[in-house]
Amino acid sequence: MARMKFLCDADRCIECNACVTACKNEHEVPWGINRRRVVTLSDGKPGERSVSMACMHCTDAPCQAVCPVNAFYTTADGVVLHSKDICIGCGYCFYACPFGAPQYPRVGNFGTRGKMDKCTFCAGGPEKDNTMAEYEKYGANRLAEGKLPLCAEMCSTKSLLAGDGEIIAQIYKERVLKRGYGSGAWGWKTAYRETITS
Amino acid sequence: MTASVVRLCIVVAMAALLALAPSPRPAAAQQPASVDPTANAVHEEQLLQQFKTIRGLGSIPDTKSYTLEQPAGRDWRYFHEVTLRWIGAVAILGMLAVLVVFYLSRGMVRIESRRSGRTIVRFNATERFMHWMTAACFVVLALSGLNITFGRPLLLPLMSPEAFTAWSEWAKYAHNYLSFPFTLGVILIFFMWVAGNIPNRVDVEWFRRGGGMIGHDHPPAYRFNGGQKAIYWIVVLGGAAIAVSGYVLIFPFYGTDIQTMQTAEMVHGVVAVLFIAAMLAHIYIGTIGMEGAFEAMGQGTVDLNWAKEHHSLWLEEERARTGLGRSQRQPNAAPGE
Ligand code: SF4
Ligand code: SF4
Repeated sequence: MARMKFLCDADRCIECNACVTACKNEHEVPWGINRRRVVTLSDGKPGERSVSMACMHCTDAPCQAVCPVNAFYTTADGVVLHSKDICIGCGYCFYACPFGAPQYPRVGNFGTRGKMDKCTFCAGGPEKDNTMAEYEKYGANRLAEGKLPLCAEMCSTKSLLAGDGEIIAQIYKERVLKRGYGSGAWGWKTAYRETITS
Repeated sequence: MTASVVRLCIVVAMAALLALAPSPRPAAAQQPASVDPTANAVHEEQLLQQFKTIRGLGSIPDTKSYTLEQPAGRDWRYFHEVTLRWIGAVAILGMLAVLVVFYLSRGMVRIESRRSGRTIVRFNATERFMHWMTAACFVVLALSGLNITFGRPLLLPLMSPEAFTAWSEWAKYAHNYLSFPFTLGVILIFFMWVAGNIPNRVDVEWFRRGGGMIGHDHPPAYRFNGGQKAIYWIVVLGGAAIAVSGYVLIFPFYGTDIQTMQTAEMVHGVVAVLFIAAMLAHIYIGTIGMEGAFEAMGQGTVDLNWAKEHHSLWLEEERARTGLGRSQRQPNAAPGE
């Protein structure tokens, strides 16, 4: 089994938000929830840089560790998924997540956030693969169809890579070698406790 | 001389020829092998070292999402999973152990001069209502709060995930809504009893003599002794800390950022488990720890001899004030002294 990961080659991201749009459309993500987002650092200044970010599907995921009702599970592919039937909307996973991935349908005072929603690596949830029940709660299950996450597939500059961690790390390494520079795999140290050195 | 001039000319001519000849890598000769167009752009490592979190700008209204990375989430996780559980387990189990040992060795503190059969009003109906409202809320808040930290390792293995979720969701709502009467109770307790709870010299003496819990000593005390004053201030100050941090948590990201939310949760958790430990001691003394103590908050009256032993100065005050008029039953004509 492959260990699935995301990699955003920040030197190529042009902040076009195609990944964000692809995700919202593919999963019919409700209004107000963004499973993926693009953050621009030093916006409008020299040295500006954009990074596309969603759930990184961390190794030893902090969200999974802090959830008081054990809503999370990690698949054999290393994808961190959760059950909306189990989630009580406490918001703890958001405090623990280094990447701000968990989202809630409501701004929610008095603990009325609703069921947590986040990137599933296009792998659905605990329901039977590609059923309507799964789609309504978690969106499409592309992984079960043998496809990779749509955000990365749609990326106009192929900045965002998704797939087997070793393969995408190799692709990135070759890129860096060829072009002679690379700002590193953003978030990898925090998410996977490793960096790509070339 | 001429020979060297000729040689120089040849070298110069060859150099000129070489320069004219088409170079195999014309551009590379002048420029570096590659250009890094993002050489001056921000770097992850450097940003994390400088700011701990990486924040930028996004294109959606949710400003929380502008934080790209906050590795501190992992520290918060460690606190929540390890530190808080240790503090909670040591404080609560430690207190329980102390109480059990104390009960086994000291037993219930008896009214040494036996009951006189005559009683005096200690807490009126309003006071008792406030106390029990706050206490009832506290019990629910404590159990539902402990569930968030200890429910998953202790309770979840005993039931189905769905049942645990249903209970936890109800517990969460109870926790949120009962916070209001609890906070109100703490505020009222503050105003209601603050006059009797200002620490004074009598308390120093009281504590020096071990509060009468060790041995058979009965250090004098006014309406509230040193130990009760300690409980009072734990409730007032601890309750304030719990309420403030709790309301920050109930209104997530209302003018707060993720660090504030994490800090609020940490303060809330630590103060709460210490509060629970302190309340266990309070409950112990108020019930099986001391004969005649529960009546004070139960019926509102205490036996005169109990008052004499534990709150001698208060009893004198009350007597001076009422001439024992509040005593409810006077079986024998002779007054107590
Ligand atoms: S990025 Fe956040 S939500 Fe995703 S696995 Fe890591 S901690 Fe969990
Ligand atoms: S919001 Fe839901 S998934 Fe997240 S920690 Fe709370 S119960 Fe678990």
